[in-house]
Amino acid sequence: MQQIVNFIIRNKTFLLFLLLFSISIFFTVQSHSYHKSKFINSANFLTGGVYNSINNISEYFALKSQNVILAKENNRLKSILYNSQTKQNSSYIDTITFNAQYKFYTAQVIKNSYNTTNNVLLINRGTKSHIKQDFGVITDKGILGIVDQTSKNYATVLSVLNTESNISAQLKNSNHFGTLKWDAKSHVYTQLIDIAKNAILKKGDTIITSGRSSIFPKGVLVGTISDFKLDPSENSYIINIKLFNDMANIEHVYIIENVNLPEIKKLLNE
Amino acid sequence: MNNLLSIHSVRFFVLVFVQVILFNHINFLGNINPYPYILFLALFPVKNNRTAIIGLSFLLGLSIDFFLDTGGTHAAACLFIAYVRPVILKFCFGTIYEHQTIKFETVEFGSKLTYFTLLTVIHHFVLFSVEIFNMSKIILVLQKTLFSGIFTILMCLLITIIFTRKTK
Repeated sequence: MQQIVNFIIRNKTFLLFLLLFSISIFFTVQSHSYHKSKFINSANFLTGGVYNSINNISEYFALKSQNVILAKENNRLKSILYNSQTKQNSSYIDTITFNAQYKFYTAQVIKNSYNTTNNVLLINRGTKSHIKQDFGVITDKGILGIVDQTSKNYATVLSVLNTESNISAQLKNSNHFGTLKWDAKSHVYTQLIDIAKNAILKKGDTIITSGRSSIFPKGVLVGTISDFKLDPSENSYIINIKLFNDMANIEHVYIIENVNLPEIKKLLNE
Repeated sequence: MNNLLSIHSVRFFVLVFVQVILFNHINFLGNINPYPYILFLALFPVKNNRTAIIGLSFLLGLSIDFFLDTGGTHAAACLFIAYVRPVILKFCFGTIYEHQTIKFETVEFGSKLTYFTLLTVIHHFVLFSVEIFNMSKIILVLQKTLFSGIFTILMCLLITIIFTRKTK
């Protein structure tokens, strides 16, 4: 016993180092697996508060460019609204019968990140605004990511520029689908893998979300094909996609809630 | 002693704060950021016991991790350089270290540069290999280590030169 105690005292620096090092590796491994980084994330009161107050100041510098983006989007939406030919009966009797499948919330990105291999964004909406895990996040130009951890006022978003995120996407002009995976090389491009070999691809073709994951509705824009090649086993294509979003300049985002998600999940688990 | 304690605690908070607010948003050439918060560990007094510096390095790394959503990668890298620091000190400063009389303001520029370079390269290598966690992407790890490392060393030298009191 005496010897064990002596050993511990003699090597206390090394043992402390080993203990703390394994704790930090444990946290890292946890953050690498989807939805597990419960403890270390920036959606808490302190870090969220700091980022929020920084953003309160820095948002003024981007005000002009963000206004242009929002005005462009308004313009686009107005053109859709006034050009739509179908006059639907939009008078609902009461809100209970209003059964749209997707609900939208607006939010602001208060911490953007695109330079590491596992990029996580922070938005200023949380459980107080009914934001939950697995809600989709998009901008006016296209897909951004999926809500991961939430706190009362903040939520973290797993960006498409994250090697852990898998989002189902497809070609716009055919129904061949694959998975979005990022190779961590550039924040302008992402990769679409597992596209069947018989799909007809052309440079400049549009990629949209497939709606298979039931997080995003079908048809959210992702990007255009910049180049493509067969994977080493020569069974499927690996496509390099140029994202529509400028990931370095993101401020106003929309959060999508699929109202039927619990029902779909329940059905799949049965 | 009290004065020393206050200097280092202030330095801890200021470096974390500046790292989070400023240095993570530089994004030079797209994705190169410096991590000069390791100055806290580099300039930590030599005489203090090693248990303290290992505990503090864990805290420092973890507080950066909280802000950057990186799990425990910064904590791991900080712990590692805190643990190997005595070896590096001995290599860079030789006899002065053995007499435990190093004053970082007065050492000559060459050995200071070697000291910072070694610490930075080890820190960044551990940081990026733990972050990427994939042996097949070793080229990416080395590339990031090189570019970020150069940037960090420059920042560390600039900060130490600007904030040193003239002793002459």
